[in-house]
Amino acid sequence: MSSFQTTDLNQSNRRKESLVRILLGMVTLTLIIPVGIILVTLIAKSEGTFSWAFFSEFPRNSMTEGGIFPALVGTLWLVAVALLASVPFGVAAAIYLSEYAEDTALTRAINLAIINLAGVPSIVHALFGVGAFVLFFEFGTSILAASLTMAVMTLPVVIVATRESLQAVPQPFREACWNMGATRWQTIWRIVLPNSISGILTGVILEVSRTVGETAPIMFTGAALFLPFLPTSVYDQTMAMSLHLYVISTQVPDVPEGLPYGVALTLIAIVMILNSVSIGFRTYLRGKKKW
Amino acid sequence: MAIETKGLSLWYGDFQALFDVDLSVREGQITSMIGPSGCGKSTFLRTINRINERHSYVRTEGGVEVFGEDVMAEDVELVQVRKQIGMVFQRPNALPISIRENVLFGLKLHSTKKMSRAKQDDEVEKALRRVLLWDTVKDRLGDVATSLSLEEQQKLCIARLLPMKPRVLLMDEPCSALDPKATSAVEDLIWELRGEYTILIVTHNMAQARRASDECIFMLMGKVIEHTKTEEMFLTPGHQETADYIEGRYG
Repeated sequence: MSSFQTTDLNQSNRRKESLVRILLGMVTLTLIIPVGIILVTLIAKSEGTFSWAFFSEFPRNSMTEGGIFPALVGTLWLVAVALLASVPFGVAAAIYLSEYAEDTALTRAINLAIINLAGVPSIVHALFGVGAFVLFFEFGTSILAASLTMAVMTLPVVIVATRESLQAVPQPFREACWNMGATRWQTIWRIVLPNSISGILTGVILEVSRTVGETAPIMFTGAALFLPFLPTSVYDQTMAMSLHLYVISTQVPDVPEGLPYGVALTLIAIVMILNSVSIGFRTYLRGKKKW
Repeated sequence: MAIETKGLSLWYGDFQALFDVDLSVREGQITSMIGPSGCGKSTFLRTINRINERHSYVRTEGGVEVFGEDVMAEDVELVQVRKQIGMVFQRPNALPISIRENVLFGLKLHSTKKMSRAKQDDEVEKALRRVLLWDTVKDRLGDVATSLSLEEQQKLCIARLLPMKPRVLLMDEPCSALDPKATSAVEDLIWELRGEYTILIVTHNMAQARRASDECIFMLMGKVIEHTKTEEMFLTPGHQETADYIEGRYG
């Protein structure tokens, strides 16, 4: 008998191996089921809703007819202003934490605060926004107040994503700079930032896609159920996609069945497009890196 | 003397890495530092350009003079110290920018005015010629430096120091990441720079110390055991520890 023949133990191990493999594979497969069901349902039920008018007209007849134009525009406003507020703050904080801060009790406290900030429920952020931005700073219910509330909420995402991409720049590059007499800022500006910008932008886009779908933080701070005009400044209220979906699904009687599905599909499409842009962007920039 | 230390001691937190080191490094020569891992060679190197102090847990005592000037003095500008005392690392750390920008990096850091294109070209060519790299890279100066071979990168790392007109070059095992052929090329280059620059080179490679240095320093456990002419050290070591180390009985 050859010494390389299979034994009973080999065979039983091989059976277990294939069993585990199938089990793990099936569990993983179930993860895409809900996503698939949601997409298929939305596409099927929203049939006939989409037209140019759907995207370009105001809602009519108590929002049971017409389009979603002001909600789309409003969401753009909200996201843009939230970005303007959160990105500079988030990136600055991440640069400080990654490149300047030493490991002290204060730094650790700040890191803890960031993690906890990410865990605060959005309804709590919403109420904080009402207290802080609407009432205390007297911005009223406005795009400004709503966007700042979302900015505070998404700040941890920006900080963590930025800090991680800064940390991904190899330390020897920094040492090379310091040993030539570069200050920290010269090192950051000339070497670290150019090499981490792809990661930072990816984080920013992910933040945007999160912001697009948020409802709670804007519903008390700046988003309106219905407005017959577009906002003209950050001090105006605005309609928004997420709140619009909530309203026509639950608050308005006699809405044609396809309409909420159409709005939901549009919302998901925006998020998916943004995520794909983010992934494509990352892949592109990663291909250009050479170290 | 190019570098002179007196009673130099250094602590990483509670751990003492250098004990009362008195050393004199001659101008224009190549001095190699040998000794087992953790004996304080690299630490000593990093004390000369004061890069060690970036860590708050590092504490130094004693004096370091470079060309007669106390680099530990209160009024010393660290940026000037690092500009005039260049450092080359174990792993080539060419920056992920173009070859040309690598050479100009230091120069741009330390000049207030914008240099003319012609002057820049001149500096780039001069530095790259000096490190015997010009002919290989002259047609692709715009390429990312990290795409060069390790040998070329290490030469570039030396080249980018030269436009800043350093007087001392500190090299921390500059060949340990290179294959034998590249090692010999970089060694030749270092020998080529002898005379113009004072070179202090840490190495684990006994043969390298022997063929490529004028003087040799042997360190053990943070102390200087012996410092003589290289040939003397390898032919007639003055201490038993030196002899043991050179012959590979520990390391």
